[in-house]
Amino acid sequence: MRLLREAGHLVRVALVLAAGVVLFLIIRNAVVPKDFGRYGHFRPEALGVIRAHPVAFAGQSTCVACHDDQAKERAAGKHAHVACEACHGPQAAHVADIANVKPALPDVATLCARCHEKNAAKPKSFPQVVTAEHSGGVACNTCHKPHNPQI
Amino acid sequence: MINGVAGYMYPNEVELQWSLLIVLYPYITGLVAGAFILASLERVFKVEEVRPTYRLALLTALAFLLVAPLPLQLHLGHPERSFEMYLTPHRTSAMAMFGFVYLWYLMVVLLVEIWLDYRADIVHQAQTRTGVMRWIYRALTLGSQNVSPASRRIDDKVGYVVTVIGIPSAFLLHGYVGFIFGSVKANPWWSTPLMPVVFLFSAMTSGIAAVLVIYVGSSLLRRTRIDMRCLDAVGKYLFYTFVIDFSLEMLDLVHRTYEADESFRSLDFMVHTRLFISQIVVQIFLGTLLPLGLLAATQLVRFSDAIRRRIYVGASLLTLVGIFAMRWNVVIGGQLFSKSFLGYTTYKVEFAAREGLLPALALMILPFVLLLVLVKLLPPWQEQEVTEG
Amino acid sequence: MEITRRQLLTRCTQLLVLTGTAAAALEKTGQAPGPDDTYHMADHWWGMMIDIEKCIGCGNCVRACSKENNVPEGYFRTWVERYQVTEDWEHPKVDSPDGAIHGFPANTDPNVKSFFVPKLCNHCADSPCVQVCPVGATFVSPDGVVLVDPDYCLGCRYCIQACPYGCRYFHPEKHIADKCTLCYHRITQGLTTACCEACPTGARRLCDLKDPNDPVHEFLRNNMVHVLKPQMATGAKVYYNNLDGSVR
Repeated sequence: MRLLREAGHLVRVALVLAAGVVLFLIIRNAVVPKDFGRYGHFRPEALGVIRAHPVAFAGQSTCVACHDDQAKERAAGKHAHVACEACHGPQAAHVADIANVKPALPDVATLCARCHEKNAAKPKSFPQVVTAEHSGGVACNTCHKPHNPQI
Repeated sequence: MINGVAGYMYPNEVELQWSLLIVLYPYITGLVAGAFILASLERVFKVEEVRPTYRLALLTALAFLLVAPLPLQLHLGHPERSFEMYLTPHRTSAMAMFGFVYLWYLMVVLLVEIWLDYRADIVHQAQTRTGVMRWIYRALTLGSQNVSPASRRIDDKVGYVVTVIGIPSAFLLHGYVGFIFGSVKANPWWSTPLMPVVFLFSAMTSGIAAVLVIYVGSSLLRRTRIDMRCLDAVGKYLFYTFVIDFSLEMLDLVHRTYEADESFRSLDFMVHTRLFISQIVVQIFLGTLLPLGLLAATQLVRFSDAIRRRIYVGASLLTLVGIFAMRWNVVIGGQLFSKSFLGYTTYKVEFAAREGLLPALALMILPFVLLLVLVKLLPPWQEQEVTEG
Repeated sequence: MEITRRQLLTRCTQLLVLTGTAAAALEKTGQAPGPDDTYHMADHWWGMMIDIEKCIGCGNCVRACSKENNVPEGYFRTWVERYQVTEDWEHPKVDSPDGAIHGFPANTDPNVKSFFVPKLCNHCADSPCVQVCPVGATFVSPDGVVLVDPDYCLGCRYCIQACPYGCRYFHPEKHIADKCTLCYHRITQGLTTACCEACPTGARRLCDLKDPNDPVHEFLRNNMVHVLKPQMATGAKVYYNNLDGSVR
């Protein structure tokens, strides 16, 4: 009993520490998102937040749904497996508002060269030219139709 | 060459992620751990000579510990979310436990030990002071003014147990900081099981050096006699820990050089170019070999007190610079080379930016301000105790 | 006749986008997609197939990624490297000007072995970046995609240090770690990733390892397949066909 009285101040320290732990547990319980850890150590809501990001590229099937004439032309040629938006850029905004958002026509001079300008690092089988020698500055689409590039 | 990049770096690697502030973080926690271990020498291992530094070392540890999380906070992209570390700590993350290790060390080890040691002084102050100070001391007593010999004996026993717990805790605190770096397998400059041990011994070295400088500095300021027996003992321990620290670092170096794995050529090149000044010149020559030589000389040759004092202080200051350079080389060096081992980037310290030189200097001065406050509040000078009592 | 059909289809696609907008509304509330959602995470395990022999270094993937995900300038969720490998095989010459967002200059040395390597997050199953996150702000989703919770990330950048591939960056405006999401907002509604959509040669293809009909199974069976830095044992799920040993 005497020992307990002489150690009274230590009990106070223990109480202060215990009060801190209890306070921490209460706050933790109140603040941690309720379903945290449902699928792993993260907030499941994060999946929804990330999925909510808007789409910029509408996707091949969406383009073809309307532009089937171009799709047919392309399917007959070497560009059959090149998606529309690979050249025309992201068009989800156009899909969402067809009347007001019109896709800009790609600039042939830079567009074709990006893929077909000769570069030793490109696969040997891939069709490539030194544009300056090949056309001497004449625009590619003078001879080649972009959707079916065969002359 | 763009943005100081030579060779090839993955494009996201050009920018350094961990800046000068993250250099300060292991430096400051190292000082804490080192100072505490010096204090425990007296308490647990009964090294009587270092008694005059005991309380000073504890207060130094506390002052630096209070500052330790600040560089981290300042570095975070979202400091307001840092409490998440306590709410949802990720078990597999080396960093997640920092908050808990820190709180354990602060609340359970350091504060309790200081409080137990100072309790008689606090009660005495609470009874004799007036005004605001009286209320501060009364609050610090936690409402118990019992300083009977029996209660003090209990304090002494409990204090001993706390110190015994405190030693592994100090090891944990800093060894763990080493593990944060040592466990990053993607980074060959960091990834070594020696890292926690090297960090621990460099922490002890820097902490002992810091307490030595603060002890001599405070004695000069207060115009009191410097206890040379104490200084010799502290100098001796500084020498021993530094020898172990240096051996470990050399072991790491020899091991890397001998194994010469895929990263070796790249890292070796970096040490000889971008890290040459900070690693070879500052860390190894100025910050390690020179102070080691000075300390070794005091062990071998009998110098007069005045010369020994100057050697100890000089060696300690060089040690502090050397250990800082070591932290710099670990943290910054680990980000200067590409993980493709094909290129290097550069790090330029800004001045008045959030992670620049100015806040870093402020963060290095802050612990000394805190120490001043603590010393005023809880004077660590033993001789005063004698004259008053 | 054709016009009416076009209008009809337009309606359909508008509907599709509308669900996207509904999802955008969720961004505010942070609610998970409701019960009408037909996507089941447990049915998928996402990865990517990359065919080095098909990559032409056009940079379409980098541009598409940047536009789809508003990637801040100077940072990359995907990039393309050009390797020029001499007989000093361990020290290849590598470059990636601006991550190849404008493709590559035509100055490749024709006398050495050269090729392009597209890079992106490997969506590792045993991801070192996820391992080190102190709070659970980055995670492997149940369908195998490594993601960052933008509302939970502290911005400590430990994950950026832990990634062996340099795939993460610190977002200069959001002040959080940011990375490739494998276009999670797209693949969970049946679309492919923006980079795969824009790749003109099929050098990169999204794959679902849990789908028995996915071409990935044939790809893994018939090719000499490699992942980046296999010694890191990260469980990388971006599979490269014909990757040269000099690639790092």
